[in-house]
Amino acid sequence: MQDLFSKALSLVDLGGYGHLILQGTWMTVKLSLLSFALAMIIGVGTALMKSSRSMPLNACATLYTTLIRGVPDLVLMLLIFYGVQNWVGQLTVALGLPFIYIDPFSAGVITLAFIYGAYFSETFRGALQSIPEGQKEAATAYGLSKGQSFRYVVFPQMMRFSLPGLSNVWQVIIKATALISIIGLDDLISAVVNAGKSTNQVFFFLIIAAGIFLIYSMLSNIAFALLKKHFQIGVKEAN
Amino acid sequence: MFELLETYWKPFLYFDGYSYSGVAVTLWLLIFSVIVGFALSIPLAVARNSKYKLISWSVGLFTTVFRGTPLYLQLLICYSGIYSLTFVQDQPFLNSFFRNGMSCTLLAFTLNTCAYMCEMFAGALKNVNAGEIEAAKAFGMSRFKTYRYIIFPAALKQSIPQYSNEVIILLHSTTIAFTATVPDILKIARDANSATYMTFQSFGIAAILYLMLSFILFYLFRRFERYYTAHLPRPPVTKSRLSTYFSFLNKKRTQ
Repeated sequence: MQDLFSKALSLVDLGGYGHLILQGTWMTVKLSLLSFALAMIIGVGTALMKSSRSMPLNACATLYTTLIRGVPDLVLMLLIFYGVQNWVGQLTVALGLPFIYIDPFSAGVITLAFIYGAYFSETFRGALQSIPEGQKEAATAYGLSKGQSFRYVVFPQMMRFSLPGLSNVWQVIIKATALISIIGLDDLISAVVNAGKSTNQVFFFLIIAAGIFLIYSMLSNIAFALLKKHFQIGVKEAN
Repeated sequence: MFELLETYWKPFLYFDGYSYSGVAVTLWLLIFSVIVGFALSIPLAVARNSKYKLISWSVGLFTTVFRGTPLYLQLLICYSGIYSLTFVQDQPFLNSFFRNGMSCTLLAFTLNTCAYMCEMFAGALKNVNAGEIEAAKAFGMSRFKTYRYIIFPAALKQSIPQYSNEVIILLHSTTIAFTATVPDILKIARDANSATYMTFQSFGIAAILYLMLSFILFYLFRRFERYYTAHLPRPPVTKSRLSTYFSFLNKKRTQ
């Protein structure tokens, strides 16, 4: 009986590596959510810059999005992670400060946000353009300040128009988080690779990781369907 | 920057002293997987739209699995996962196939891009005008002939923009090939980095190379699209070529 129980336990815990994999999964989830949130902020900012009338702001935003989207994400990650670490190191030496180490997690969040912010900016720009100009004018006529008109008139509609694009990029972000393990973050991929190497069952553990990624992307599809329902309130849908 | 280029221009472009490397290998990975993946995706796309639920669901399962998991994980499974199975090691052919990093990478990339292209093409097949198919039937065309002369050309023309998007995304995904010891552009950049400690310059050169390749591919695909869809009505072109590139890249992979 005791034997059977311990066997069942080890099966559930995947030979002692279950909690390691859970930790890795939690790390991947944290990484993707945080970088998604940060990328949204960057994306909204860049979209506003692109639709502004000032020439330099416009040019900066366009340069940023073009360069980012023409270069592979992994190259950018390595460039930012190692390059920025170098610069920060030189800066701290020059200023006589103690050495600052950028850990893989924050480097990953910043890099992913920086890359996918460029993609979001295009999504948001398209959404901003599809909001009728008259609504903003009406908001001004009602005495709403610029911030208020963005918060109550522009933003909800922008979210609604950009939701399909957001869910696409989110799926890409989920898959891009797998690359952060190359930089050296202890995420799901590195957890399963370590577990596989030490138990000599690499294939089995990699398949488990694939299953976790599949479940994650399916769950987020459901979440986006619910979000769509929320932002569609008050919109007549054609059948 | 220039001393780095002086020593590493040859590995970056085509040859590192032992084998092909750099841009040549990246392009080989890209071209092989696009051509084979495309050839496989056409029958699979027809099967995806099949009336028989079992066939269309099994193709759907294939595409869901390959589009729902990261390509890096698929490469790991191909390269280190499958080789760790004992029956693979015992068989001489499978052993030599899965021990070679290049063949594993080609396999993973081909299957991945095949899954994406299959869903794209299946969607385009569904969008073909029903009237055209009915007309083909009325003309007495066989099922095969209808596909050959009516459905495939229409669907292919419609999905050229998506294909070009997919090819550029695949070019960006080939960067992970170095994890399977394939000497592509990024592998050379990493070698240059670890030999000279000029991090920013080494990866910067790689970034510029990839940027140039993306622009060239984009340009070629646009020419190709213009040529094959010349008879279709198109919206008046008011933007410059560069700005169409911006709007072109605004969709990453559609799910």
